[in-house]
Amino acid sequence: MDLTLTSFAPAMPEMFLLGMLSLVLVVDLFLTERTRHITYILSLLSLAGTFWLVLDGYPRLPELAFHGSYINDPMAALLKLFMLLAVMVVLVYSKEYIKQRDMYKGEFYLLVLFATLGMLVLASAHTLLTVYMGLELLSLSMYAMVALRRDNVDASEAAMKYFVLGAMASAMLLYGMSLVYGATGTLDFALMGEAAAKLPTNDVTMLFGIIFMLVGVAFKLGAVPFHMWVPDVYHGAPTAVTLFISSAPKLAAFAMLMRIFVDGLGELHQQWQGILIVMALLSFGLGNLVAIAQTNLKRMLAYSGISHIGFLLLGVLSGTSEGYAASLYYAITYVVMSLGGFGMILLLSRAGFEADKLDDLKGLNDRSPWFALMMMMLMFSMAGVPPFLGFWAKLAVIQAAVGVGLVWLAIAAVVFSVVGAFYYLRIIKLMYFDKPESDAPIESSADLRILLSANSLAVVGLGLFPSSLLAICSASIG
Amino acid sequence: MTESLHNILVAIVLAPLIGSILAGLFAGPLGRKGAHTVTIVGVAIACLLSMYVFKRIAIDEIGVFNQTIYTWLKSDGISFEVGFLVDNLTAMMMVVVTFVSLMVHVYTIGYMSHDEENWPEGSGAGVNSYQRFFSYISLFTFSMLMLVMANNFMQLFFGWEAVGLVSYLLIGFWSVRETAVFANLKAFLVNRVGDFGFILGIAGVLMYFNTLDYASVFAVAEQHKDLTMNIWGDEQWSVMTVICILLFIGAMGKSAQVPLHVWLPDSMEGPTPISALIHAATMVTAGIYMVARMSPLYELSETALTFVMIIGALTAFFMGLLGLIQNDIKRVVAYSTLSQLGYMTVALGVSAYAAGVFHLMTHAFFKALLFLGAGSVIIAMHHDQDMRNMGGLRKYMPWTWGTSLVGSLALIGAPGFAGYYSKDSIIMAVGASHLPYADLVYVMVLAGVFITALYSFRMYFLVFHGEPRMDEHTKEHLHECPRVVTWPLIALAVPSVAAGAVFVSSMPFGDFFDGAIKVAHEHDTLAHVGEHFHGWFSMFLHGFVALPTWLAAAGVGTAYYLYMKRPDIPAMIERKLSLVHWVLDNKYGFDAFNQGVIAAASRGLGRFLWKVSDLLLIDGLVVNGSAKSVGLLAAVTRHLQSGYLYHYAFVMIVGLLALFGIFILQ
Repeated sequence: MDLTLTSFAPAMPEMFLLGMLSLVLVVDLFLTERTRHITYILSLLSLAGTFWLVLDGYPRLPELAFHGSYINDPMAALLKLFMLLAVMVVLVYSKEYIKQRDMYKGEFYLLVLFATLGMLVLASAHTLLTVYMGLELLSLSMYAMVALRRDNVDASEAAMKYFVLGAMASAMLLYGMSLVYGATGTLDFALMGEAAAKLPTNDVTMLFGIIFMLVGVAFKLGAVPFHMWVPDVYHGAPTAVTLFISSAPKLAAFAMLMRIFVDGLGELHQQWQGILIVMALLSFGLGNLVAIAQTNLKRMLAYSGISHIGFLLLGVLSGTSEGYAASLYYAITYVVMSLGGFGMILLLSRAGFEADKLDDLKGLNDRSPWFALMMMMLMFSMAGVPPFLGFWAKLAVIQAAVGVGLVWLAIAAVVFSVVGAFYYLRIIKLMYFDKPESDAPIESSADLRILLSANSLAVVGLGLFPSSLLAICSASIG
Repeated sequence: MTESLHNILVAIVLAPLIGSILAGLFAGPLGRKGAHTVTIVGVAIACLLSMYVFKRIAIDEIGVFNQTIYTWLKSDGISFEVGFLVDNLTAMMMVVVTFVSLMVHVYTIGYMSHDEENWPEGSGAGVNSYQRFFSYISLFTFSMLMLVMANNFMQLFFGWEAVGLVSYLLIGFWSVRETAVFANLKAFLVNRVGDFGFILGIAGVLMYFNTLDYASVFAVAEQHKDLTMNIWGDEQWSVMTVICILLFIGAMGKSAQVPLHVWLPDSMEGPTPISALIHAATMVTAGIYMVARMSPLYELSETALTFVMIIGALTAFFMGLLGLIQNDIKRVVAYSTLSQLGYMTVALGVSAYAAGVFHLMTHAFFKALLFLGAGSVIIAMHHDQDMRNMGGLRKYMPWTWGTSLVGSLALIGAPGFAGYYSKDSIIMAVGASHLPYADLVYVMVLAGVFITALYSFRMYFLVFHGEPRMDEHTKEHLHECPRVVTWPLIALAVPSVAAGAVFVSSMPFGDFFDGAIKVAHEHDTLAHVGEHFHGWFSMFLHGFVALPTWLAAAGVGTAYYLYMKRPDIPAMIERKLSLVHWVLDNKYGFDAFNQGVIAAASRGLGRFLWKVSDLLLIDGLVVNGSAKSVGLLAAVTRHLQSGYLYHYAFVMIVGLLALFGIFILQ
């Protein structure tokens, strides 16, 4: 065993986060309700420090560690930066909300940090084992987060469903991994492709392995038909937790997809492309259709998220580096918009009032013209209206699909995004043309207001300068 | 060097925009004083920097600035960008636009100070109207700058539409007045017709040149000279002619040329400052500017040039006639604007682009001056605009009187004043033109000089001289306007006198516009006229023996005789020539035709399409039908989400098996 210090360097941010996490764990034991903000600040500092370390170690070329089971390449670094950013935003958005709901405890912050660690590992995974380790660390923390309000019936039910279905998905993933290991004789992505290419085409073991693994990944992404947990969990979980689940973990799931199927099994693109086409089509189809029938904003955003995943898959399934870059761009875009959307629910909620019904948005323009404007921009962006960010993301993935000749799929995507525009526009109609049901003032802290405004304005800013982020994504994939 | 200009140009455009956004979005917190301060500071910055740019580009001759500032997107090889092309032509326009705009901003403080009286009690629309007005005029300045500074057709179109939008908003500024709403709708619809041609022209450019960038288009324009296209039937049309005429249709809408002129007189429903800024000095000249900018294209089509010339001559002559019978002080100035725009268009038609643009500049100064003077009179008259109730205002409003006299003399082309140099250049260029019908046009523009003098001094005498005809109450309150009103008048009077003599040797008869404007050798009427040009002073002296000057003097004399000496004659003429008067009074029937035939037919068609194809077919079958089926589908599929854990697990297993079925057993 060659354990020199240099080989740890690519994992520096993760190790720092783990260290800080242990520190928070110990410090929190000695804190009371009144001094809890120390945990909050320490958590933010840990994330910021990790962010700095990732930025500092931003690799130009891939760096391997731990005998090839860990990789730090530009894609991993970019994803980690946005994950950490998203988690920091989540912590700021959710502070008031969890205070009002008796969740302002060390556990919340610790679970968030553990989950973040899992995501970082996932983004850097270079063997199937590392993938599994990161995934489980992430998933177990999230199950617990959903269940954090034990006395709440909805939350407990959601946690139960999430846990049971998640365990099933995890088992399928693990089974798929064992099949692939059986067929190729390696867990290492660097060797896997080569070994797989030597197999006869349509090797049944390999195909079984691919399908089982894809089910695991699709579950994490929330792609149809493995999406059933998404609406119930988004709805049942406390909004702060929903905000978390819908943001950074999507980047982690995207990383998992890229690592296993592009880094590992890129050679077998032909075999998995068809499955992704089916999932993509079903996702943006079903997601957009069912979102129309929702009356709950969290559920609506859940289905909208499912449809976004369908679009995200368009880029990956095209199998070109432009397509991967487009999907990476889409994933980041989705996280920015999703943070804004759920952040708006947090902004409007107060003690004893969840503000998660569509009707709660009625007449928002009369109550707060500024945030109505912010929400309108978010909705336009999600619907894919130019010049907002969401338009460019949709354009990029659709171009990727057209680029490989999947014109019919691209047309289907466009048609369903038109269908989807209905429910986004309905929100705008509710905000601007309906009378408010209550005239209670919007109580929220200044940090939430400022950050949420910045979040929404980013959707415009990045939309006006679309090439900047897209160029970074392309460079990361290249 | 260009780098420093880059930032300055961006600042020029953004300063008014930022002022507009602040005044518009933060009207409440800023208050009136704050709103006019931020917008005036924004426009003042733009004006000073424009003057600096003018100095660098036109005087220091550091070369043309042509650079893309921001690329929005590239699609199918065509890029949509914001870029600036700043040469002498642009620099001149920037100074004119920002200077007039700055004067109007200052003037507006006085004109709108009692704006709350213009709104009915408790009207919600009247809240913060003062700030809104400032926000709009700053937004206009931004849009107009984007238009003149564009280096590509896309941005030109953006600016074109943006100034149209602001014009629409400002004509209908007093949105509680029915006439104002009617007028802005009319302006909007008529401009739609023009813009339809304009965008088709741009589409034509894109189709044949495959780029929207000016420089690239002009560089290869020559090669497309003999290209023809098939529009309908077997007739072959020259591509250049089609493109130029389509673009000119856009200019006809924006610059109010016959028959798309009908919106401009009605646009006087808006507050006077915007009549000065938008509907006299700047926006309406956008069409003139555009054609001058596109001179490399127009030079390739004599048909298009002839078309431009004839439309211009018709406008110059017939619209001037209408000015003779108006009683509303602003309408006289409005018809005068139409007629002067006609002169500019004639200049474009005879390839004297430089003279046209020169007239554009001098006209911007003296017409803004006349409008603001009229506005000053209107303020003093408590918003009564009827000249029959005025008279003898000279002794009450000395500054307004003096500056209006300067404006009128410049307008009629009295030797020495700015208008003399520019208008005379145009008339001489027409005389030198060899286009078909140029002789007839020459007669029309000469007759126009007489008419211009007649209506201008009719207005002048009716307003400032003679017996006061207003009621006692108004008369008691007559006094000169505050300084925010008179100072802009004086500031505008200076270039109305001097701009002609200063620039005549460089602009129409020099090389000022070389590079920006391209004239084919065989069309170069100005060079022909220029052979006899020996400096501004000799041109000034020549003015006393030239025919146009005598025509103008005759016009003034006639006006004096008719309206000062024998005020009974006009009434008698009106009786004797009742048919002519009737025709003029109905503005040649354009409005009646538009409303009775075109509008009625469109409404009939629209009603049919609405009832049958829209309500029944599109809404009923297609839209509601598909919406209903989507809704139904959504309602059904949502039941898949039963809430039972075992259902969910079952779906996952079924999904897994289905994937097996599809991809393994196939």
